[in-house]
Amino acid sequence: MNNKAGIEQYLYASFGPELKFGRWLMVSKAFTDKLVGNIGALLLDDKVAIVGIGYSGFSPATPSQSYKELIFDAASRAYAECSVNPRKDVESFVCCEEDLWEGTSITDEYAPDQLGAAQRNICTVSQDGLNGVATAYMHIKSGVASIAVVESHSKLSNVLSQSQVREFALEPYYERPILSDGIPVAAMQMRRFMHDYKVTEEDIAQVVSKNKKNGLFNQRSSYAADVSVEQAMRSPFVWNPLRRIQMAPPADGCVVAVLASAEKARSMTEQPVWIKGIGWNSASTSAESAISSDALYAKEAAKMAYKIAGVNSPKSYFDFAEVDDTYAFKELQHAEALGIADMDVSKGNMPAVAPVPINMSGGSLSLGDLVEATGLVRLLEAVQRLRNAERKRSKGSKRALVQSWRGIPSSSGAVAVLGVE
Amino acid sequence: MGRSHAGRNCGDYGEVMGMENPSEPPGTALTPDEWRGKEIFFRNFHTKFTYSWDTGVAIGHFLEALKGGKIVGRSCSGCNRVLVPPRMFCELCFRPTDDWIDVLDTGVVNTFSISYVNNDASRREQPLFVAVINIDGASPGMGFLHLLGEVDAGQIHVGMKVRAKWKPAHERTGAITDISYFKPSEGL
Repeated sequence: MNNKAGIEQYLYASFGPELKFGRWLMVSKAFTDKLVGNIGALLLDDKVAIVGIGYSGFSPATPSQSYKELIFDAASRAYAECSVNPRKDVESFVCCEEDLWEGTSITDEYAPDQLGAAQRNICTVSQDGLNGVATAYMHIKSGVASIAVVESHSKLSNVLSQSQVREFALEPYYERPILSDGIPVAAMQMRRFMHDYKVTEEDIAQVVSKNKKNGLFNQRSSYAADVSVEQAMRSPFVWNPLRRIQMAPPADGCVVAVLASAEKARSMTEQPVWIKGIGWNSASTSAESAISSDALYAKEAAKMAYKIAGVNSPKSYFDFAEVDDTYAFKELQHAEALGIADMDVSKGNMPAVAPVPINMSGGSLSLGDLVEATGLVRLLEAVQRLRNAERKRSKGSKRALVQSWRGIPSSSGAVAVLGVE
Repeated sequence: MGRSHAGRNCGDYGEVMGMENPSEPPGTALTPDEWRGKEIFFRNFHTKFTYSWDTGVAIGHFLEALKGGKIVGRSCSGCNRVLVPPRMFCELCFRPTDDWIDVLDTGVVNTFSISYVNNDASRREQPLFVAVINIDGASPGMGFLHLLGEVDAGQIHVGMKVRAKWKPAHERTGAITDISYFKPSEGL
């Protein structure tokens, strides 16, 4: 669609009645202002939208499908949603995966076929899927591509040595001789966070109870349950103060998202979800620097995303948030870093109701840990909630915050600001 | 190298450049004793990763057929190809494949390589022949990696016709190694 045709189409859509009834002579100043504004917006429209999103799996195990078949399923659904032919229309593919979670070195070499990306432009971002969204967003913004695809998946059920893979992520010289798994790092982060913010056991149990119950309304959640705060507080310790129920259990699944430029997006879907801002950050590696009461990566990634989106007061800007809760305390820590929680340390308590509803999907505590795909899971939940609200013409859900974390012992994360307007 | 004094005799840059014997490198050479002993610090780490990959529909059926002494492929009505090894989607058409096709256990050597050494560089008594076999009944260029046997190194050539040498039925486990190797199928 060239700009002239685009303008004509847009004018007709916006002012059809006025044009149809030939009331040109009655054009008011308000009308001309609107006209000029709309043309300006169209010419300068370099926004990026999510136009299709598909998924497969979301189960503790997926024995009936290979990872390639799992990806093909998710990709087929994403492409069908926005009538995209990956063999012709998609100009950039981004896949997010890690060799050790796959069990294959240079595992991205096996990514193209099942995405429709054979002999096409594909690259890998060895990061969480939300970082892949940032890459695709930049490909579109820079004009390299007008339609881009992001994929990430988990086949954790196939990884029999998950704790060894986590151990392998620890600093080799002075951490691995002490620790043989990354989970104690999470437990120590949790203790420091609880200490500095005067967070109680009950506060953490409330997160568990809320997310497990929210998951009961989500068909994708394998681990949803009607868990009370008291029950959550009786869960056995894995590493004190971390209890088993506060950890997201592993799950398999795949999410594929299709992104498009504003010009393409409007003809591909009636419900584009705009990426209004995106940011990413790595604070500093190693366990001892990761043990901070603040999630600096989330704070800095949010700063970047909020600046692009023009978010000044996140507590009033967002209608809801999908935030990483791989460990229950992380939800509170991330909410604080993202500026969407009222955490008053002087009062020594957490609010029962956050100003922005968090993880209405049930979060990873209900859906499971999908490793590198987790950010795309948060994105999927936010996109579907925004679309459903728009379909029902509900005014409550128009702007969403999505945040990812790369897991223990990383201090990396990404943030996206989404909106339907 | 974990040794702060490793460069103590290096001198400064000017001295190094003005050395009388430029063939003698600056610095202190490491002795074998220092290397093997504890004076140079290393941090050794060994790990073991275990995976159990779901074979899925396509490879699961492929392996099941091998156990039965057959090679199977999948057909795609989009590009009219027969894909071997099979897959449930066509990577060129991006659509689900259509039907299971029994292909032959014969084929043609697409390319090959010969090795006279093992992974640890020790000499092999018998050379190892690795080849890509284009399977008869599959589309051109379709096939898989396997070994060649019952043939001399000098006889192997691109385009050589071969046939699968199957393990006895009771030894087959549903693995690519249920075929021991491919051997020449006609006069060389």
